[in-house]
Amino acid sequence: MKIQVMGPGCSKCEQVEKIVKEAVAESGVDAEVIKVSDFKEIASFGVFSTPAVAVDGEVKVMGKVPSKKDVISWIK
Amino acid sequence: MIDDGTNTTKCSCKKEPEDYGKGVQSGIAKMILIGAVCVGIWYAIYSQLLSFSEWFSYSILGLSADSHLGSAVQFFVYDTPKVLMLLLIVVFFVGILRSFVTVDWTRRVLAGKKESVGNVLAALLGVVTPFCSCSAVPLFIGFMTAGVPLGVTFSFLISAPMVNEIALVLLYGLLGWKIAALYFVTGISVAVVAGWVMGQMKLEKYVEDWVMEIRAGESGLSDQKMTWQQRFEYALDSVKDIVGRVWKYVVIGIAVGAGIHGYVPEGYLASIMGNSSWWSVPFSVVIGIPMYTNAAGVIPIVEALLGKGAALGTVLAFMMSVIALSFPEMVILRKVLKPRLISIFIGVVGCGILFVGYLFNAII
Repeated sequence: MKIQVMGPGCSKCEQVEKIVKEAVAESGVDAEVIKVSDFKEIASFGVFSTPAVAVDGEVKVMGKVPSKKDVISWIK
Repeated sequence: MIDDGTNTTKCSCKKEPEDYGKGVQSGIAKMILIGAVCVGIWYAIYSQLLSFSEWFSYSILGLSADSHLGSAVQFFVYDTPKVLMLLLIVVFFVGILRSFVTVDWTRRVLAGKKESVGNVLAALLGVVTPFCSCSAVPLFIGFMTAGVPLGVTFSFLISAPMVNEIALVLLYGLLGWKIAALYFVTGISVAVVAGWVMGQMKLEKYVEDWVMEIRAGESGLSDQKMTWQQRFEYALDSVKDIVGRVWKYVVIGIAVGAGIHGYVPEGYLASIMGNSSWWSVPFSVVIGIPMYTNAAGVIPIVEALLGKGAALGTVLAFMMSVIALSFPEMVILRKVLKPRLISIFIGVVGCGILFVGYLFNAII
């Protein structure tokens, strides 16, 4: 599974990366967490508000920090 | 941004089961009741703050009301809880309002809007659309690729930081509703006019080339309906986030303000920041640009400056340039705008702020 965390690198984006990594560790799912900070790539997902998270290429949230519970529900 | 994954199936279906509907209704009634009780308690405390601050400073600490220290302490003890309480309630209600608006929705509303009407709409939406300042670049790309005119996009980007709820609360709490209203109206006006002027200048060629060539995808995240419970949670989260972040600046700002209030003599600033010197307005705009602080830190100082004879226009111009023309934001925008366009942006907004400064100095 591939999880992409999108954001230019502000504090909120870092917060999301941390939450996603924790969620992956907790649920024991085999997933690769990738940070995307290139704006061209972010736009190709149709994301115009960061932070955003995509799981296997599908955007799950944009413009806000998801909770760990949310992330676990996407990857299980 | 509304989708939180877990509840999509529950709220995307139109016909909810009967018992679910009932559960939601009693849930809403309960939330409204709790909300009303909270607002009641809030008001009871708020209305006692002035007498509390006088009692605390003059009776408990035994300071004299006429002394420098006494008036500084009373200022601090009164203003700090007052501003923080106003922030709590306003950020909460703005949060509820924001749960109805998303960046994606704003983008669709503004797409293909003509200039003028579009500028006004963009400036108003800039106030309520939730987005963090580090998203300015994706947002800019999103607006451009959706066909929002450049000038309309700028109206949005100017009003979003300039007219914010924290600044409004502080101005209302510290200087009264008239100045808060003036700030709101002039802030929106600067955003509308500056965006419109930039639209007329046909500056599209100064947007970095790759932005126009971008093939934007569709996220497939359509606006999901939020339940009222989710809206309340969203608003509470924004209170935790925003008030958690700015309270220190508010306290520091009020402490500095209290010092000025207590120790700087009346009328002292009239000679430096008064309306008699023509250069005071441009000077305060120029020193405002590199200052990286936010509304929360700057407004308590503004209040104290005004109290000591600084002219309103000069002080408003200073505040607006601190908030709207921040150097870090220019650095972020440099990724999508060529230097020429950034200079024009600073120039046009700067002229708007100068105009506001001179206008208020002339009429008040």
